[in-house]
Amino acid sequence: MLEVRNLSMRFGGLLAVDQVSLDVQEHEIVSIIGPNGAGKTTVFNCMSGFYSPTGGQILFEGKEIQGTPDYKISRMGLVRTFQHVRLFGNMSVVENLLVAQHRHLNTNLLSGLIKTPNYREKERKSLDRAAYWLNRVGLLDLANRDAGNLAYGQQRRLEIARCMVTEPKLLMLDEPAAGLNPAETRELNQLIISLKEDYRVSVVLIEHDMSLVMEISDRINVINQGRPLASGTPEEIRRNDDVIKAYLGEA
Amino acid sequence: MATHNIKHALFSAIITLIISAPILGLDLESAGTELKLTGASTSTLVSIVLAAIVVFLFQTFRDSIMGALGQMPKLNRFADREPMPQEKRLKLENIFLIVLVAGALLWPFIASRGSVDLATLVLIYVMLALGLNVVVGLAGLLDLGYVAFYAVGAYTFALLSQYFGVSFWVALPTGALIAALFGFLLGFPVLRLRGDYLAIVTLGFGEIIRILLNNWTSLTGGPNGIGGIPDPTLFGMEFGRRVKEEGNISFHDFFGIAYDSTHKIIFLYLIALVLALVTFLIIRRLMKMPVGRSWEALREDEIAARSLGLSRTGVKLSAFTIGAFFAGFAGTVFASKQGFISPESFVFLESAIILAIVVLGGMGSQFGVILAAVAVTVLPELAREFSEYRMLIFGAAMVLMMVWRPQGLMPMRRIHIILKKQE
Ligand SMILES: Nc1ncnc2c1ncn2[C@@H]1O[C@H](COP(=O)(O)OP(=O)(O)O)[C@@H](O)[C@H]1O
Ligand SMILES: [Mg+2]
Repeated sequence: MLEVRNLSMRFGGLLAVDQVSLDVQEHEIVSIIGPNGAGKTTVFNCMSGFYSPTGGQILFEGKEIQGTPDYKISRMGLVRTFQHVRLFGNMSVVENLLVAQHRHLNTNLLSGLIKTPNYREKERKSLDRAAYWLNRVGLLDLANRDAGNLAYGQQRRLEIARCMVTEPKLLMLDEPAAGLNPAETRELNQLIISLKEDYRVSVVLIEHDMSLVMEISDRINVINQGRPLASGTPEEIRRNDDVIKAYLGEA
Repeated sequence: MATHNIKHALFSAIITLIISAPILGLDLESAGTELKLTGASTSTLVSIVLAAIVVFLFQTFRDSIMGALGQMPKLNRFADREPMPQEKRLKLENIFLIVLVAGALLWPFIASRGSVDLATLVLIYVMLALGLNVVVGLAGLLDLGYVAFYAVGAYTFALLSQYFGVSFWVALPTGALIAALFGFLLGFPVLRLRGDYLAIVTLGFGEIIRILLNNWTSLTGGPNGIGGIPDPTLFGMEFGRRVKEEGNISFHDFFGIAYDSTHKIIFLYLIALVLALVTFLIIRRLMKMPVGRSWEALREDEIAARSLGLSRTGVKLSAFTIGAFFAGFAGTVFASKQGFISPESFVFLESAIILAIVVLGGMGSQFGVILAAVAVTVLPELAREFSEYRMLIFGAAMVLMMVWRPQGLMPMRRIHIILKKQE
């Protein structure tokens, strides 16, 4: 469903991403791994429309989307999280999920001002959906807290829930396990698998810790200093000499 | 005393010397081949030097002075209290609103004619400030040309009445809609700009509209303005001594009472009151609607908001347009109240005052903005004797306020949507 061909991104003299290719089939978890500064987040920024790549193509469901504005890409169903959590900290947890559903609530101003039955119905539905996802990520009891006051692990889960209420087709997670303890990381892995199994979204996962992604990824792409190093199943990656040399050796 | 403080103070004093010279009327004139200093009476020179000394002293002891200011007793003793539960707060707010409106309804029957007239002006500023509050306080867009939309509303009514004999009640929605249209059209190209750039461009728009009104003499009468703008009617009843329009009857004839010119003033006041209340309620509702949440989301974290499919331009444009709409509303009422408008009523200072009201009240806080609108319009009237120093006092008060209570008189408290426990 998503195909990245020879993607390049240059910042002045720095070629941050150099000829990276990637494809994601429906109902699949694909990981991008690589050391810090390898260009993983930059690939995400191109895919989600935050950057306009300087070379290559990105096809989503057969359509070229490179250079399309970020909000349009999100509306197509490609939704991402951030390496450094970005929540609306002054809003409550449930309101974070309501903001994300503004499109489902897209009634005109007038019907909202006079609270037509149709508007109320939509409002109720979006609250229900928010409650459902809060329950799913274990945050229902904290629904009315300010999002900024949540513990770090909870913020991570809220960010994922916030993506899921938009009903995405493809979810892009940028280092979702960073800063989590081992128990939380295991929970997170369970959650990601369930997103794929139960909600049929495809997932692109960035990690810089390799062991983590081995068990949940269907396929893995390794990039190093902006260049693709290897790609394949976790088994193949584990045995790949280049990867061992460049990546495991250093750790 | 830290040396850098003294250095800084010296620098500030020199700047003061330089800028106060032209402000206080010192002038260099060329007389033949020579330059001559004019306006340099001893008292002017003394005041310039004095000003520089005051600035120097203030900057040197700045830390201790600011510290002392911070120690000043808090005016609002409730400010630092635990926030009360939202339900209770909303109930209190509603009671407060009802008391406020009830008091405002009684006002014309207890106050003098001049006070009612002033109160109408206050209500116009309340409308303007509530509208700008959407743009600045809720959507976080610094708009320095807000008065442009006020002018559009006022001129729409004036022109429609002059050329087509349109009445107040038709002009009211028309003026607001045309102002909103202007907001939409002007906002479209500029809302891509950020922060300071946006402020400067909106400032420019404000001036362009004013200059246009000033120079398009054939249409707007230029600096002479437009007069004879009709008063509102009450179900076709006019408030003048004699009926102006065929088929209408006058208010005092209908009720068989003596003609009294205060009827009209009270009627206008009540209209302004209703409109201000409507403005308040509509904006309060908008804040709880998806559009209000998207303003807030974009202000808090633009990147996150965009990643969730919010279009930056679209969201900002909605705030800009809605803000302009209410300015148009206020403009129509203003035109009707004055009966005469000219570009002089729509200078940059007006934008600045409305912005000051919003900042003073507490950005985003509707009650705060109402309070500040009352303070900013009424206090200068009370201090008539100091009229020469009005702007000076106003400026000093603003500076003190911002040092002492930067979050405004009544800081904004969000209304949370509560998710109720489901069984
Ligand atoms: N906006 C930008 N401008 C300039 N350089 C950037 C920008 N974004 C990323 N880079 C550079 O691109 C390289 C890759 O960064 P990044 O994609 O964040 O790596 P990773 O996510 O793999 O740790 C780094 O050297 C970084 O400094
Ligand atoms: Mg990164």
